[in-house]
Amino acid sequence: MIKFLSQVGLYFLLLKKVFSKPEKPVIYYRQTMREFVYLGLTSIGIIAIISFFMGAVITLQTAYNTENPIYPKYLIGLGCRDSIILEFSSTVAALILAGKVGSNIASEIGTMRVTEQIDALEIMGINSASYLILPKLVATLIFNPILTLIGIIVGIFGGWVAGTLSGVITSENFIYGIQYAFIPYYITYSLIKMVFFAFIITSVSAFQGYYVDGGSLEVGRASTKAVVYSSVLILLFNVILTQLLLS
Amino acid sequence: MISVKNLCKSFNGKKILNNISVTFEAGKTNLIIGRSGSGKTVLLKSMVGLHDIDSGEIWYENTLFNKLDFKDRKEIRSEMGMLFQGSALFDSLTVDQNVRFPLDMFTEKTPEEKNERVNFCLNRVNIINANNLFPSELSGGMKKRVAIARAIALNPKYLFCDEPNSGLDPITAILIDELIKELTEEYAMTTIVNTHDMNSVMEIGEKIVFISDGEVSWEGNKNEILNSDCEILNDFVFANALAKKLRHSDK
Repeated sequence: MIKFLSQVGLYFLLLKKVFSKPEKPVIYYRQTMREFVYLGLTSIGIIAIISFFMGAVITLQTAYNTENPIYPKYLIGLGCRDSIILEFSSTVAALILAGKVGSNIASEIGTMRVTEQIDALEIMGINSASYLILPKLVATLIFNPILTLIGIIVGIFGGWVAGTLSGVITSENFIYGIQYAFIPYYITYSLIKMVFFAFIITSVSAFQGYYVDGGSLEVGRASTKAVVYSSVLILLFNVILTQLLLS
Repeated sequence: MISVKNLCKSFNGKKILNNISVTFEAGKTNLIIGRSGSGKTVLLKSMVGLHDIDSGEIWYENTLFNKLDFKDRKEIRSEMGMLFQGSALFDSLTVDQNVRFPLDMFTEKTPEEKNERVNFCLNRVNIINANNLFPSELSGGMKKRVAIARAIALNPKYLFCDEPNSGLDPITAILIDELIKELTEEYAMTTIVNTHDMNSVMEIGEKIVFISDGEVSWEGNKNEILNSDCEILNDFVFANALAKKLRHSDK
């Protein structure tokens, strides 16, 4: 318990260091642009692929579970839209990003720690926590919601492709379904969740990497811990945020 | 001049440095020597503030360094350069960007002035036509030299070198030693080198501090080290077969 509390304390102390005033804003801006590419743009592919197939599977499953003629066909499109917007584009996408981006951040910072690159920054008088973590946080906080929007569009498109190609729903019915009883707030809800998840993924992974002590084995362990802890926290905050935002 | 007074440092209750008091002279190449695990690196890292010390004082001229906060330490740190054991070059940056990094961070020089300084530093350590290479494309000796170039980019007053010769062949090791000595004289720096390489000791050791089990066991210069009465120092200095043979033949 004491170890857990000391880790939590250390995490908040790290955040305090991260949010201190940047030494040279121009350099931080450049770093942030770089992180947009490394952490954001390179994640578009995986998010698009997963969202497409998720949308397709949701459509097919909804179709096979609503075969009773009492249910109008457009409900398949509606089900696909709401599932994708409410859960898959934010929570499932965040879990995938915890694996991809989280492990990347933890191993990058962890390797810098064990190869003394962080010490080299400190010696120069640079706030290493802020220099390394703040640009990543800014980039993911801005770009991950964009990934959510991409996930929504591609996911619904995947549902339409699967539904029409398999013949379980006509294109007209699907399009009517995705427009029916649309609540725009659901998108806001999804984006808010993703902002929280982006913060969790980046800060928890950076924390794991920053305090690595040892060698390559410990870097590997930190990377695994980053993914596990981020995933658990994402699921926990998913419940809390859903209660707060939808109740 | 850097003075360390009654410095103690422990990790998880285990004492690593015990009451270390030593003065490192300005404009000289000061060497800290000792066996692996004797506390040399901990002493060096404590002196630059990478480790918080348990007790004692670290003075840079008239400033008590260990009592300063991060902000105030910055001023002294801007006068420090450090060469790490594994070079610690930034993997994601090229050779040019590595040397340019401190200039970007701490100076308001124009891009042309920075180019000039980067090329001057790289030429000074004999790194030619390698500006666009990444650290992974360099040999061990080249990495050390680039790290030295980065360390001297801001004209430091203090240069710290942690095992500068580790992992290098004897000829490259001598070149690095000579480079450190030349730069120390050229820029009148206070240089502190951590090593267990006796070749370095005999080449560049103007002041030598021998550490054993976290304590200073002997201080002197390279002329005195071969005739010392300190038994543990002699065990260290004459550890290899050739040195033992030479010693016995001298006697």
